[in-house]
Amino acid sequence: MSAFLSIRNLSVALKGGPRLLRAVSLDVAVGEVRGLVGESGAGKSMIGKAVLGILPHSVEVVAGEIWLDGVDLLRLKPAERRRKVGATAALIPQDPLTALNPSRRIGRQITDRLVDILGWTRADAESRALELLGEVHIPDPARVMHSYPHELSGGMRQRVLIASAFAAEPRLIVADEPTTALDVTVQKQILRLIAQMQARHGTALLFVTHDLGVVSKVCSSLSVLYGGLVLEQTGVRDFFRAPQHPYSRALLAATPQYTDPMAGLNPVPESVIAAVTEEVAQADRGWRHG
Amino acid sequence: MLDARGMIKRRLGLRLWLSGGWLLLLALAAILAPWIAPHDPLMQDLFTSRLPPFWMDGAEPGYWLGTDSLGRDVLSRIMHGARVALIVALIAGTATALIGATLGLIAGYFRGWADLVISRMVDIWMAFPPVLFAILLIAVMGTGLTSVVVAIIVIDWTRFARVVRAEAMSQGAMDYVASAQVAGQRRLGTMLTEILPNVLPTIVALLTLEMGIAVIVEAILGFVNLSVSTDSPTWGGMIAEGRASVHRAWWVLVFPLITLFLTVLSFSQLGEGLKDRFDPVLR
Amino acid sequence: MILRRVLLRLLTTLVTLLGVSVIVFVTIRVVPGDPIAMMLPPGATDDDIDRLRRIYGLDRSIAEQYFIWLSGVVQGDFGTSIQTRQPVLNLVLRRLPATLELSIMALVIAMVIGGFLALTGTRLRGTRTEGAIDVTNGMALSVPDFLWGLVLILLFGVLWPVFHISGRISPNLTSEFSTSFYLFESVFRLRFDLWLDLVSHMFMPALALAIPLAAIIGQLLKQSLKETMHLDYVTLSRTKGYGENHVIIREALPNAVLPTLTLIGVQFTFLIGGTVIIERLFSYEGLGNMAIDAVINRDLPLIQGIVILFALLFTVVNLLVDMLYAVLNPRLRHA
Repeated sequence: MSAFLSIRNLSVALKGGPRLLRAVSLDVAVGEVRGLVGESGAGKSMIGKAVLGILPHSVEVVAGEIWLDGVDLLRLKPAERRRKVGATAALIPQDPLTALNPSRRIGRQITDRLVDILGWTRADAESRALELLGEVHIPDPARVMHSYPHELSGGMRQRVLIASAFAAEPRLIVADEPTTALDVTVQKQILRLIAQMQARHGTALLFVTHDLGVVSKVCSSLSVLYGGLVLEQTGVRDFFRAPQHPYSRALLAATPQYTDPMAGLNPVPESVIAAVTEEVAQADRGWRHG
Repeated sequence: MLDARGMIKRRLGLRLWLSGGWLLLLALAAILAPWIAPHDPLMQDLFTSRLPPFWMDGAEPGYWLGTDSLGRDVLSRIMHGARVALIVALIAGTATALIGATLGLIAGYFRGWADLVISRMVDIWMAFPPVLFAILLIAVMGTGLTSVVVAIIVIDWTRFARVVRAEAMSQGAMDYVASAQVAGQRRLGTMLTEILPNVLPTIVALLTLEMGIAVIVEAILGFVNLSVSTDSPTWGGMIAEGRASVHRAWWVLVFPLITLFLTVLSFSQLGEGLKDRFDPVLR
Repeated sequence: MILRRVLLRLLTTLVTLLGVSVIVFVTIRVVPGDPIAMMLPPGATDDDIDRLRRIYGLDRSIAEQYFIWLSGVVQGDFGTSIQTRQPVLNLVLRRLPATLELSIMALVIAMVIGGFLALTGTRLRGTRTEGAIDVTNGMALSVPDFLWGLVLILLFGVLWPVFHISGRISPNLTSEFSTSFYLFESVFRLRFDLWLDLVSHMFMPALALAIPLAAIIGQLLKQSLKETMHLDYVTLSRTKGYGENHVIIREALPNAVLPTLTLIGVQFTFLIGGTVIIERLFSYEGLGNMAIDAVINRDLPLIQGIVILFALLFTVVNLLVDMLYAVLNPRLRHA
């Protein structure tokens, strides 16, 4: 099995409430870029959070396995799990404006994991951070190292966060809608940067997005989600040529770039929604909490 | 999740009942003190001085909580002291609320120079150590019930003014107030019909809190012998007396202290409880 | 821009202080009792009274008296105490260190206890311990320092007498000091015997002052911490492999402290105001105790001096807190 991340039948539910992920299984191979696509509430972010162990307090894993680098994370003790995740995976968060600690210098926020978790010397960590800031095209990295987050623009901060995510050479990165909070002009640059960095470092990438246009630019494969259910998993090329699931087809039709731009937006038809909702209900049949 | 609001409500209810019950008991004791107190609170008797409370060796029947160094009955003095404490709490608390809230409403709603003057006064008041200010005022006016009440109003009106001003300002900025004004209501009318009802829960909650504070200030003034008068029994006076002889007769300090403690706690819990009850989200 | 804000701030401070002095001045001159008559031995003639009255300027109008007093103050002359016939400034400055040391000690105790409660409550959020901390905080908050002082006297002065409950220091040790900052001096001179004696006297009054403030710090800081714990950078830090303790202390705490700080500033001035009655309760020889004596003795110049000093202390504390806020907040520091 060449999958670096392998999620088996993962179910996540509100504590004492309904499921948010319904027996999700998906694999990410070494160096693969897998898009997780769906509308808001489809559970795509929840998958990344479950892998990284940052599910909200109100939510818990009720069944399944998460194999990362040959270990089932859900069977590790909390401290072991944190260390395993910290050493092998990283997150590129959604909103660069809130994802940097306002009271700590940029340099420290990039190097802290290298020093505290991976045991590097401070000097090594700092030169590594400088090198990475250069890689993400930040002018004058030495100055930025000593800056506070509020002194940088949103795009710059997202570059810093990308540098920080790649700093420890993780084998897997979860990118959680990394461009949604940015200006349209900056979005393209950041997207190109992530693709570039991924190619250079050969990192597996789990790319959470609602935007099929983004998927077509960055990903090599994708999983389509609705209501916490995986509807279709396939390669990007196959998907855009011939989507299998009716919901996928409707989603593709609703994305402006891939239809006549003059036709405007085609919302997903009611009938498709009804069918896919029935599919979700089907999945819940026979499932009982706890 | 299962009816968390019901849980909160029940806990609130218990808190309200307990504190309300204690205050009711105290009020009854205060009102009925002349008839049910076992002894004359002022009667000195050196033969019965420093009698311990009833469960200890050497206690005399009838002196349930013991006597002080002059042989005065502690229980009777606590009951009579409750009269002063509760009268001060009611009068001073209400008057402080009325004056402070009025100034706060004016400052917060009318803004302009009225706000400027009132806010500056609040700033100046905040630079006074309140206890010292109260003592100073009593020294100037002489001891007595009126002086104590006036002193409490003077040192504490800012508490209401500050809070009510802020609330009135935020209420005044809301749409329904603007629409009332557009509808042609006069400024004063808007203040009374639109702003006041919304600020009222806060005022009521603060009022109970203020009553507890008034009780404390009265006790502190009694402690430095500057309360209603030197010969009527006050909790503060008893505490001063108890503090002086704490190594020989601890009960002279303990019982008024417990009473004071429960009373202050009850007033503040009552305030918290009322605030939650008035809170539309929990109601 | 910054200079203008500082100047404006100083101007309002000055207005506040002037306001305080006017109010005190007018208030105490409505005193019905005659301080001069009380000073003289029985059998003094009316002439004697008039002469003393002139010496203390009490024969003039209130406005005149105020401007005479104010012009003295500008030159550092706060008048002469009627009771002790010593310059007010000397008397007040001799007592100020005692009150400052007590207040600062109380502040430190409050921050330690409050910080501990907030961190523990955040670490164990959602458990029974957090509930217990909330209830304790609520109680500690609604009972004022005066009552806590009495409780402490009973607990640690009578029931289990381990601390002193009156005075600032054992009387035979006062001659050991050359300044009035006993606590600081004992530390600098490495006289830990003196330090221990001081602390065993100060601890009870300081704790009584600290309990309500500790509860406020505990409550505000915990609330602020819990809000911060939901923020993205805290979550990001978790994915890096950090545990709960590290996340709370290094990521959340520095940002949660800032909003708490200004509130602590105001509360600290309340604490200083509380020293007046707490010093009385513990017979601690500080400013507050002297103030009550001055009021009882109708020592007008001394009362004025002390109240102004308190007001000055309050405004300085507020100023310091604002400055500290600016220093700790990187946004303002670089703006």
